[in-house]
Amino acid sequence: MVIANPPAVSIEGLDFRYPGSDAALLTNVSLTIGKGESFGLFGPNGAGKTTLMNLMTGVLNANAGHVKILGHPMGTTSKKVNRLFGFVPQDLSFYYELSPIENMEFYGAWAGLDRKRIKKRTAELLHILGLEDVKKKQVSKFSGGMKRRVNLAIGVIHNPLVLFLDEPTVGVDVQTRHAIISYLKELNENGTTLIYTSHQLSEAEALCRDIALIDSGKIVAEGTLDELSKKHKKRNLEELFLSLTGKDFRD
Amino acid sequence: MYKLWITIKKDAKILLRDRTGISLMFVMPIILVMVVTSIQTSTFQLMNKSKLPVLVCNKDTGQASLQLMAAINRVGLLKVLPLPKDQALDQIDKVMKDKDAELAIAIPSNFSARVSAKAQNAANKALKSFGLQGDSTKNNVLSNKPPFTLYFSPVLQEQLRLSIRGGLRSALQLVESRETLRKLYFAINEKQLPPALEDEMINNQSDIGMVSVSKNAGREVPNTTQHNVPAWTIFAMFFIIMSLAASVVREKISGSFIRLKTLPTNYLVGLLSKQITYLCVTLFQAVVIFSMGIYLFPHIGLPGLNLPSDLTALIITTVVTGWCAVSYAICVGVFSNTQIQASGFGAVSIVILAVVGGLMVPTFAMDGYMKTVSNISPLHWSLECYYDLFLLGGKLRDVFANLIPLFIITLVLQALTFIGLKRQNLI
Repeated sequence: MVIANPPAVSIEGLDFRYPGSDAALLTNVSLTIGKGESFGLFGPNGAGKTTLMNLMTGVLNANAGHVKILGHPMGTTSKKVNRLFGFVPQDLSFYYELSPIENMEFYGAWAGLDRKRIKKRTAELLHILGLEDVKKKQVSKFSGGMKRRVNLAIGVIHNPLVLFLDEPTVGVDVQTRHAIISYLKELNENGTTLIYTSHQLSEAEALCRDIALIDSGKIVAEGTLDELSKKHKKRNLEELFLSLTGKDFRD
Repeated sequence: MYKLWITIKKDAKILLRDRTGISLMFVMPIILVMVVTSIQTSTFQLMNKSKLPVLVCNKDTGQASLQLMAAINRVGLLKVLPLPKDQALDQIDKVMKDKDAELAIAIPSNFSARVSAKAQNAANKALKSFGLQGDSTKNNVLSNKPPFTLYFSPVLQEQLRLSIRGGLRSALQLVESRETLRKLYFAINEKQLPPALEDEMINNQSDIGMVSVSKNAGREVPNTTQHNVPAWTIFAMFFIIMSLAASVVREKISGSFIRLKTLPTNYLVGLLSKQITYLCVTLFQAVVIFSMGIYLFPHIGLPGLNLPSDLTALIITTVVTGWCAVSYAICVGVFSNTQIQASGFGAVSIVILAVVGGLMVPTFAMDGYMKTVSNISPLHWSLECYYDLFLLGGKLRDVFANLIPLFIITLVLQALTFIGLKRQNLI
């Protein structure tokens, strides 16, 4: 059944524990992310951000609860829902032995694009992300920033309606970060829903309107940045983060 | 089909760019086949054309020991190297070490007397059974000590040792028979046995006819290349596990697999691509090794490889063997958590399957229990197919019975892979 105007992502009563672990990592997590939003998911190390991201994208299967992307349930045998979203994982997720063009050709085909569409999108993305000069070189020889741009290009090759980004700018220089954030803003302005995690809170402030703070496997705050700042009487995201999650080490 | 084609392209490029890996896949099996064939050929030549030197410390002054040494030389397996008469028997192991000899024989001083006594006893018994009275006063009491002793180096394999013992027994029997015959002749005729008659009766041994029985009624005697090239080609094809199982694990634990899981394509496409890509590699390995056997071996002094007459059967056998090797490698990769697990288990398991499968010791030489165990080795069925084709001149109908188990093992491996992927939520 197709919902008339479904949210980009809806999560209800999600529980998750890793096999062999006694403690649940996520407990009864519920979250709704509207279409076209630029949504930030923040929390200390080990809070469960990456796990929640992996559950939303179907990399992991929940013990209880469900995830829907644009009204379509995740975790079924049908992989049609996977056409609707893209994922830029925290770990660099491509073949180091291949060039950017070869990686994009392979992942484009697996994303369901035909040869013509792959060629067009590859040319566009190589231009936008400044990879044209190195498009035929093996990625193994790239700098960290270039690898991050390739990681992003692969995640958006099929023009996904919803884009999950798990720390997409970790370990890059200011120029690369600026290029990536600018491109993500452009995507969001063109209607792509962004769901984003990062420890770069200033960068997150520039990109995200709506946020959720996760701590010890639970959502502890959710709303727009302005709403939450006013409610907790904090000037910025970093102060808000520390007031809600504390100053102790978590991992 | 487009996805599959692009995935095959991806796998092929990754494989081809790993130059060390690809060279190991081809260079190592080639070296293995050449070394094993060379060694077995030289051993074959040693056994059939050269003779093993045997030091002889002869303390006997009679004729029997000289006849024994001549008989040993005539057996064909050994060449007698006499030691000086003053050499002490108890120092023979030192002499063996000094002269780097693997074999030595110590003939005691009473050898001729003992042979003579034994022959006299045998002649007396024979005369008595003929109804003629033998000289019972000449019946001698013989000690239980062996007439001579063979010293050998522990490095000699038991099989070779047994062959040597057989040859020496044959030589000793010849000497003893000659002496018995002489005694008998003298007892009956009271004169010496004429040399011509002795030669006629003792030395005129009938040779044994040897015919190679094959399925195509050909009578060619298979050489070491015909044995070794097919056997070690199978081993090389299965050794692809080192590269393929590690590749499956690498993809499974790498970031690239996380993204693959989020894409609308089943990972089975990825596995199918790996099967096709690596099957092509195994077939290419077989082509390279067979070509080497045909074209290179004759130029380096090794017997050349003769391809079977039924090439269709050869191609089908090679494809099924390659597919089984690839299926095994993928199965191991799916159930391994690290590359070290995959490579370590993979390498050891292939060596075990090769041993059990008859690549190192023929299955016909195994006892009942091991013969049953050999049936679980895919290498065994593949080897049986190749031997049918390369050694017995068999056709497709002859290898069919061995192809079916190989095919069934392949399907079982595919099923296990599928179950493993399902259990790990990878498909």
